[in-house]
Amino acid sequence: MSMANRVSVADKRAAPLVGYRARRELWCLAFIAPQLALFLMFTAYPIVMSYVYAFFDWDGYGPPKDYVGFDNFIETVTDPIFWNAFRNSLLFMAYVVAVQVPLALLLALLLNAERLRGKVFYRTIYFLPVVTTTAVVGLVMRFIFGAYKGVVNELLIKLGLLTAPIDWLGSIDTAFLVVVLVGIWKTFGMKLVYWLAGIQSLPKELFESARIDGASGLQLLRYITVPLLLPVGSVILLMSAVNALHVFDLVKSMTDGGPAFKTDMVDVYIYRYAFSGNGGARVGFASAAGVVYGVAVMIISLALGLLVRWSGGRRNAARL
Amino acid sequence: MNPARRKRSPVYVLVHVLLFAIGIVWIYPFIWMIMSSFKTNNEYIVSGIKLLPQSFQFSNYKRAWETAHFSVYFWNNVIITVSVVVIVILVCALTGYAVGRYRFKGRLVFVTAVTATMFMPKGYTIIPIYSLVNSLGLNNSLWGVILAEVGGAHVLFILLFVAYFRGLPKELSESAEIDGSGFVRTFAQIVLPLSKPIIATAAIMQFMWTWNAFLMPLIFTLGKPELRTLGVGMFQFVGENTMDWTGMAAAASISLVPILAVFIAMQRYFIEGVSGAIKG
Repeated sequence: MSMANRVSVADKRAAPLVGYRARRELWCLAFIAPQLALFLMFTAYPIVMSYVYAFFDWDGYGPPKDYVGFDNFIETVTDPIFWNAFRNSLLFMAYVVAVQVPLALLLALLLNAERLRGKVFYRTIYFLPVVTTTAVVGLVMRFIFGAYKGVVNELLIKLGLLTAPIDWLGSIDTAFLVVVLVGIWKTFGMKLVYWLAGIQSLPKELFESARIDGASGLQLLRYITVPLLLPVGSVILLMSAVNALHVFDLVKSMTDGGPAFKTDMVDVYIYRYAFSGNGGARVGFASAAGVVYGVAVMIISLALGLLVRWSGGRRNAARL
Repeated sequence: MNPARRKRSPVYVLVHVLLFAIGIVWIYPFIWMIMSSFKTNNEYIVSGIKLLPQSFQFSNYKRAWETAHFSVYFWNNVIITVSVVVIVILVCALTGYAVGRYRFKGRLVFVTAVTATMFMPKGYTIIPIYSLVNSLGLNNSLWGVILAEVGGAHVLFILLFVAYFRGLPKELSESAEIDGSGFVRTFAQIVLPLSKPIIATAAIMQFMWTWNAFLMPLIFTLGKPELRTLGVGMFQFVGENTMDWTGMAAAASISLVPILAVFIAMQRYFIEGVSGAIKG
């Protein structure tokens, strides 16, 4: 439904009043002016400049003057540390999405079962981590998975599963895994609520008539619920993937990319160059890395967007 | 199937046991954090997996609140969050009213531009935002963080307001105007009070995002400890006091308990807000 054809017809009725319409037009412009100013300053301008800065060798002080062409881009794509971070970001996204999206659907289906009691209670519990400050949670996790007296080690030793404590976040074998686990846990509730919203928007009559026709619970799931959820599912997939690709707070607070860059992600990599302090910042280079990654994320989103379109999710995607 | 029989079935019980057990594990980190905040550091070391403290004592909170300046960080968080929520709601309601109820020159251009930028590949836009706020001379006050958090287009909230205002009967504002109410008064006294559900949803969402923000406050308070927010203060605290576990737990509780309390009290709005994001 286009925005234009549902505007109030009050325009026409008010027309005889001379100057009334013109005054109202001015008021409308005045009403959108604050948002327009914020949009130009904090959305449009930064997008343009994020490209412009990438062509300069600039430490962030004073205006950028030292034009270097594509040097920053060449340096980015030839830096193995960048590709290491890129690989980690993709892996993090893949693991989080692959575990979170189907499991959240399963829980949503369970919580949607008519006869299950305590739905609101469970929904509240599983949504709880979503509302908490990611950076603070990351720091708390540093202690929970800590090598010295961390509660995870204490518990595993007590259960006899471990003989000596493990430095979960300091060891190159386990750090990435722990970051992925905490990442899944932290945003799981969000996907759960998305799925619940999707399930509740399905037409109820369809289920009733299928049930009258003698379909079993599993048949309903297989032939009605899941196919009808595909469009909303692809939107969830798209949103989850883009969010996971931009993980920052969690990694910055839990590991800061370590040990030995094992949990380094692209946004953490870029931050290091953009805000390293001590006058050593390489803002131009950070911007170039940002553009390269921005384009990569766009390509991934487009690929997933095609999936959305293919599964008939246009209606949902076009709304935003 | 008979519902009473279904309820007693082993599958039903198993589902509940599983959901409950996993649920405990799910929120265990927060329980552990709160319980640890009442222990002494010595007790923390020897207590192993024992959850309850020997006695509830508040010295960790006193240390975090006073010595570690979490009182400053807490009020910074409150000031930033309240300001951002109020400004964002006002800006979005104004925009939603004009776009949702009237046709005016430039409307389509505005809507198209705001929507189109969502689909553009972006570089690292934090840097231009940072230098813009710096060049406005706001980097030495909380206003820098507030403006940076307020900045940008709030497409989701605008859409919510547009849809809501458009759905209101047009006779509402027409009769007000016949009674001599002007454009602004009609909006402020008649239409805006009707949009309480949207205001509540948007306020809760924005509250959650701003209270939990990390990157913006981090870069705007580098080298300015008095402007730190809870998340940034916590980050510095842990970096400087690696052995003060229970002080850390108290500081973390000061950061997280307010948002957890607001969530539990108003969880319906949180869920609706998040659902709104997917429904569009």
